[in-house]
Amino acid sequence: MKACLTLGPILFHWSAEKKRDFYFRIADEAPVGTVYLGEVVCSKRSPFFESYYDEVADRLVSAGKTVVFSTLAEIMISKERKMTAGICELEGYEIEANDSSALYFLRGRPYRVGQYFNVYNEETMAFLQEKGASHITLPTELPQSALSILGRNASAMNISLEAQVYGRIGLALSARCYHARAHGRIKDNCQFVCEEDPDGLPLKTINGLDFLAVNGVQTLSHSCLNLIHEIKEMKAMGIDFFRLSPQDCDMVKVAECFEDVLSERIGVKEAYNRLSHISNNYSFCNGFYHSVEGYRWVPYG
Amino acid sequence: MIVSIAIKPELVCPAGTPASLRMAVDFGADAVYCGFQDATNARNFPGLNFTFAELKSSVLYARKKSVKVLLALNTFPPAGKFALWKNAVDHAVMLGVDALIIADIGVAHYARVRYPDIRLHLSVQASASSPEAIKYYCEEFDVKRVVLPRILTIPEIKALKREIPCEVECFIFGNHGLMAEGRCGLTNYATGLSTNMDGVCSPAQHVAYEEGRNRETTTKLNGFAIDCFSCSENPGYPTICKGRYYAAHKPEGYYAFEEPISLNLAELLPDLVKAGVDAFKIEGRQRSKAYVQKVVSSWRRAIDQAMAGESIDIPDLLSLTEGHKQTQGAYESKRWR
Repeated sequence: MKACLTLGPILFHWSAEKKRDFYFRIADEAPVGTVYLGEVVCSKRSPFFESYYDEVADRLVSAGKTVVFSTLAEIMISKERKMTAGICELEGYEIEANDSSALYFLRGRPYRVGQYFNVYNEETMAFLQEKGASHITLPTELPQSALSILGRNASAMNISLEAQVYGRIGLALSARCYHARAHGRIKDNCQFVCEEDPDGLPLKTINGLDFLAVNGVQTLSHSCLNLIHEIKEMKAMGIDFFRLSPQDCDMVKVAECFEDVLSERIGVKEAYNRLSHISNNYSFCNGFYHSVEGYRWVPYG
Repeated sequence: MIVSIAIKPELVCPAGTPASLRMAVDFGADAVYCGFQDATNARNFPGLNFTFAELKSSVLYARKKSVKVLLALNTFPPAGKFALWKNAVDHAVMLGVDALIIADIGVAHYARVRYPDIRLHLSVQASASSPEAIKYYCEEFDVKRVVLPRILTIPEIKALKREIPCEVECFIFGNHGLMAEGRCGLTNYATGLSTNMDGVCSPAQHVAYEEGRNRETTTKLNGFAIDCFSCSENPGYPTICKGRYYAAHKPEGYYAFEEPISLNLAELLPDLVKAGVDAFKIEGRQRSKAYVQKVVSSWRRAIDQAMAGESIDIPDLLSLTEGHKQTQGAYESKRWR
């Protein structure tokens, strides 16, 4: 099977117009095969973009992209339950489940499992496959050793596997909104202050090290995951889909860079240099893959 | 504070060692929970937990006093290591534990298929916080009880309880994790050891306390400073979600997630009973025997008073809490969020 790049759901609170223009450009220019739409972090944000979904999805589909709708990662209040139930009833699109309530709603139809639902081993994968899962995006903290076993098993089970290869890593979720807290507010009265930080709100430790980034109820890595060096090995393991998680940089160029490596038009060294230029001066990390601290960058070769 | 309800909630107490288990059994626990000495549980700390032989004698001890033993198998086996979890399930069932506390779908499926009669509890690590999320596990694996994430208010718990076909267990005292359990990679990001796969949070071998020029103590986790304390303060254990950080508009530093603080729901006990909570859980398998004795006996008395409709002696446990500060967290009000 040919490797395929995907664009993960936008994790940040960008304005509706910014999102629409972003997706139009992705439709027209980015070499990605699949685009995940939907709000996965905060239910309060989702009404802003609702009226744009139809035109954005149409534009992406017309451009030959597969459109998948992702569900919220954390569900507590009744509005969120209804939102999840509604997405799971959508017809004509595949749905990606990010918690077990979505799995509950999706019983009886084929579905995808997102990276916020824990699929760590072949037994879990086999169970979900039997219940209708056709495609699984694996958790970012899985090391190479586990990924390769899952890759081997997935081919035998007729499941397609996806892994994130670019973008800040979602490290934690909470009921509390840390963006609101950073501004002395509470979640119910957040006034959408998270929109001020289109890449998340960076946190440094008190000894001056870059560490994390706050995105509403989500905590992200400060470093940006970059598996450009590992992607071909991952392909050989049986992982066929590679997720680029949108950051506030030129994601079309990011996608081109990964595509050029997959199709062997450029070497990984050149790709790395290009990504460094595109990526807003983020530091890169790939530690989870190499079984060391997630924030670390393990050099190539 | 009159509470009229027939069913008495269970007091579920931590047992990090066989000695703590006996302490919890002797001082009023209805059930104790514990784990094996490996990555199969979320408190995989050196010097803690049970060998198979220790669990065997502990189950016998508890059973003589009609106390249940619940075994935490609540981590997520990474591909290639599943055999360790299978082995743990097999031994736990063979040794006669009353229930397995599971989080991973693969582990739940294995236990259910292999041992159709074993009682399963859904760990807080499964992060099931809505009726459908919980019903999924009830219907797929016949889960009999869910341990709720510490993110719901009491009215939310009450409403949820009406919609699910299983018992509800709530944390009432102890360490107050801020992040949804089972979905936190912070420790792995900073230390290379995973909460989900290795069962550790802020592992001790990566913790350092460094004294500075003004005798202030900086607490660090693998080189990342988590907090700083003056010489008159008691330096807290460096947990990432209780740390102090700088943001662009917070140059003086702030507790970005939560201050070092413990959960204590003593005052809310009657409301929790009324909400239909079936079991109250005390956190702290990593704590000492003395902690277990004091906490278990205090909560035993408080629950008995609540059930008898008497006014409750609020347990004075402040000295045992982290940072000597306590909170009612999300349970009290949505404003916590």
